[in-house]
Amino acid sequence: MKSTGKVIGIVSNLVTVQTFGPVAENELCYITLGNTRLLAEVIKVNGDKASVQVFESTRGLRGGDAVEFEGKMLEASLGPGLLSSVYDGLQNDLTTMEGVFLKRGEYTDPLDHEKLWDFTPLASEGDKVIAADWLGEVKEGWLPHKIMVPFSFKGSYTVRRIVGPGSYNIDTVIAVLTDENGEDVPVTMVQKWPVKIAIKGYKEKPRPDRIMKTGVRVIDTFNPIAEGGTGFIPGPFGCGKTVLQHAIAKQGEADVIVMAACGERANEVVEIFTEFPELIDPYTGRKLMERTTIICNTSNMPVAAREASVYTAMTLCEYYRAMGLRCLLLADSTSRWAQALREMSNRMEELPGADAFPVDLSAIISNFYSRAGMVILNNGQRGAVTFIGTVSPAGGNLKEPVTESTKKAARCFYALEQNRADQKRYPAVNPIDSYSKYLEYPEIQQYLDENVDKGWVERVAEAKNLVLRGKEANDQINILGDDGVPMSYHERFWKSELIDFILLQQDGFDPIDCNSPMERQKYMLELVLDICRKEFSFDDYEQCRAYFKNLINVLKQMNYSAFPSEQFDRYREQLNQISA
Amino acid sequence: MATKAFQKTYTRLDAITKATISLTAKGVSNDELAVVNGKLAQVVKTKGDQATLQVFAGTEGIPTNAEVSFLGNPPTLKVSDALSGRFFNAYGQPIDGGPQVEGEERQIGGPSVNPYKRRQPSQLIPTGIAGIDLNNTLVSGQKIPFFADPDQPYNQVMADVALRADVDKIILGGMGLSNDDYLFFRHQFESAGALEKIVSFVNTTEEPPVERLLIPDMALAAAEYFAVDKNEKVLVLLTDMTLYADALSIVSNRMDQIPSKDSMPGSLYSDLAKIYEKAVQLPAGGSITIIAVTTLNDGDITHAIPDNTGYITEGQLFLRADTDTGKVIVDPFRSLSRLKQLVQGKKTREDHSQVMNASVRLYADAQNAKTKLENGFDLSDYDLRCLDYAKDYAVRLLSIDVNITIDEMLDTAWELFAKYFSKAETGIKQALIDKYWPE
Repeated sequence: MKSTGKVIGIVSNLVTVQTFGPVAENELCYITLGNTRLLAEVIKVNGDKASVQVFESTRGLRGGDAVEFEGKMLEASLGPGLLSSVYDGLQNDLTTMEGVFLKRGEYTDPLDHEKLWDFTPLASEGDKVIAADWLGEVKEGWLPHKIMVPFSFKGSYTVRRIVGPGSYNIDTVIAVLTDENGEDVPVTMVQKWPVKIAIKGYKEKPRPDRIMKTGVRVIDTFNPIAEGGTGFIPGPFGCGKTVLQHAIAKQGEADVIVMAACGERANEVVEIFTEFPELIDPYTGRKLMERTTIICNTSNMPVAAREASVYTAMTLCEYYRAMGLRCLLLADSTSRWAQALREMSNRMEELPGADAFPVDLSAIISNFYSRAGMVILNNGQRGAVTFIGTVSPAGGNLKEPVTESTKKAARCFYALEQNRADQKRYPAVNPIDSYSKYLEYPEIQQYLDENVDKGWVERVAEAKNLVLRGKEANDQINILGDDGVPMSYHERFWKSELIDFILLQQDGFDPIDCNSPMERQKYMLELVLDICRKEFSFDDYEQCRAYFKNLINVLKQMNYSAFPSEQFDRYREQLNQISA
Repeated sequence: MATKAFQKTYTRLDAITKATISLTAKGVSNDELAVVNGKLAQVVKTKGDQATLQVFAGTEGIPTNAEVSFLGNPPTLKVSDALSGRFFNAYGQPIDGGPQVEGEERQIGGPSVNPYKRRQPSQLIPTGIAGIDLNNTLVSGQKIPFFADPDQPYNQVMADVALRADVDKIILGGMGLSNDDYLFFRHQFESAGALEKIVSFVNTTEEPPVERLLIPDMALAAAEYFAVDKNEKVLVLLTDMTLYADALSIVSNRMDQIPSKDSMPGSLYSDLAKIYEKAVQLPAGGSITIIAVTTLNDGDITHAIPDNTGYITEGQLFLRADTDTGKVIVDPFRSLSRLKQLVQGKKTREDHSQVMNASVRLYADAQNAKTKLENGFDLSDYDLRCLDYAKDYAVRLLSIDVNITIDEMLDTAWELFAKYFSKAETGIKQALIDKYWPE
């Protein structure tokens, strides 16, 4: 029996409900408004009054309106057909909605129930299975999409019956399992899971032991992110957060990409709709859109659904991870999600923490980041969820609650800097403040030694050190003047400029330079370090400047040339002549 | 009739603040309008039988026995082609002495466009100003504010941009406009002979600040009529959004909400986003482009208003006075158009993006040289050339009084490169240098 209630208070999208019967924290309810029903979620219960956040505009709602509780939390539908989809934060399919404007109270099904999938069984009758074990497989695009024992199943089961190979829709019962009490349970190709709860169903979650390539030099070479790792990109507006995230989405080495546009600009999502169907995945040669799912709750869409959107996105990733796939979750921006929490906390008149954010902000963020990770499944296969979030610090000041809380939770830090952006040094990742904790992992060091080059980590440290020394030299030059410092300071400064222009900077809009494979990154780091290791003897700083500017120019042309190519070799030759 | 009950009149207020009133009333709906002693008010909070209303015109003179009657609907605007050429106040009432506009009554602040139904903006909006067209190209469907100190001529620049832009309708939303600025806009539009394609919603400084809260939604409801129903290209001008945000903070303060940064309400981001995200390229061809003004305190963009705005809009155009040349320029460092790459090199010449980047980088070098000079150091030959280049660049390209085509802007930039620098110093792709370097 479902509980009911009635509206007794409204402030914006926070509604107070007088409840008749039991309600649960995070339980969903529908509020009746004329002919439509508005979805809402319980966020606080006090006596017989429940505070619910409404996922829609509450315009026109009035005291006394009927409320019906659903007896369940917000759930994601999981099954074949999730890829290439465009959902809102509550997993409504935006592509099947009618009309140009979003209609209040219109909820659409996330999955196509008619479409037939070619099913191949993987389990046999009599097999003992537990939650998340693979029963069968369908091809979703080019990816093997595993049909699993639903995650909510507790204890062990025996496969009583499983259908043979053939075409079925997602609602077909593909297997019947018998539980420990001898009860038969049917399994279809679709299952539901509450988004706020992490999907477990794996054997263990070891430390990440390899890197995820992105084609972005400042990440892969200087601060690599692990497969199954976490990272975040804070930066003031206009520093290229979104461009960097899109580059990672296009080039990231992953089987499945979920992009959560959380409280950001609608036109940025449009860019993904428009470009991704045309772009090619550099690893498989397939269309990028085939491996991408977009969860989009843009800044003008209801605030409460913003929070849901990141959880929905994470749940989809965990689902694909359980199939032994490598998933990459990009959330832009987690600050908007935190602001949504702040708005609700404020309306509930809770005592505020720093900057009026709720006091448990830090716990919420670290809990969310902890859902990422590389896992070993029950059958021994690997799966991973790599998570990169952006943070939009108020006023570009990194000493604010969201940045500080995220810094505690994420292992990679890519600090975008206003100053570098002003100078058009993109990606504007600060080379000195940014870090990747993974470079300190022995597993990762070993992986890089074996898969990139022996001694790679030391070389990266050498390059980073040169950048730091160059900055120090530059500070001295600025204080003492060009003539006030020894020549070696100028040389040091220009060596760091060389690394900056050739390795750190990358033209995201150039078809060749935008994506730099690891082999090429290795070649260029080698080349640049060789030059930096040389001792020069310039007569004056003008000569030093001219020499390095010339080098930078030629090396930049190399970055713009295909690798390997005749053009590339020509510039290489030119470089030899200059540095000879 | 069910609605009858809600038109009941109440005559007892429980609380009055400078911007809000509270009373005991039954069956009040959220966002609903009411008339309080002849002043328009809107429901912002209900709790049990208590309703709190924001009174747009301020609560001065409202007694505890004021007559309150609820209208049963949120604010609306009557839309039709007859809006063209007219001036209205924040409530959509004519202020130009003309007749009431007849048309379909629509709720303002309506639903959002389904993001999946949007199209990617791709039409260039040329303005003739190189600081915009060359460095921060505008695209239809974009939303972008001018960031400017109050002493900058932002309203003039905005009027220039609006009148040069190739659009079907211009909708002006004026919030806290001084009477002089209101008359300025009116005069500019009239003397350009463009009055027929302009609709204005104006709240001047003489009118109560809380009324401003209605202006953007009114202007955008009119814009949506022309863009969605008529498939027209609509340009919306909103000035000054800082005063709009100030009005938001007044109301939230009176409702005892906990303020976040800079005493702004915690929902500032969402409140501004609801307005700016109305900018759209529609599938049927219509579009809404928003150019706004956000005034700054002494160039401080870290204040909550410009900061939240910057995260919402697709870039910003930063106006400042250049002391070296005495010109007002569009600052190339702090300005940005996020959609520029959708048209640069696609709708404009192939060298556009490289020329833009090189010219700004060299301008940055000139700033470094200037710092050296100010610190009393000797300048190198390169530094001196950069400084000379910077002056030329500011006057011939960055200044807001420039009015030339984009090809002319690119040619001017190449001319400046060749005048002051070697080919290698520009760092431009060789293929482009070979083609465009003036001999």
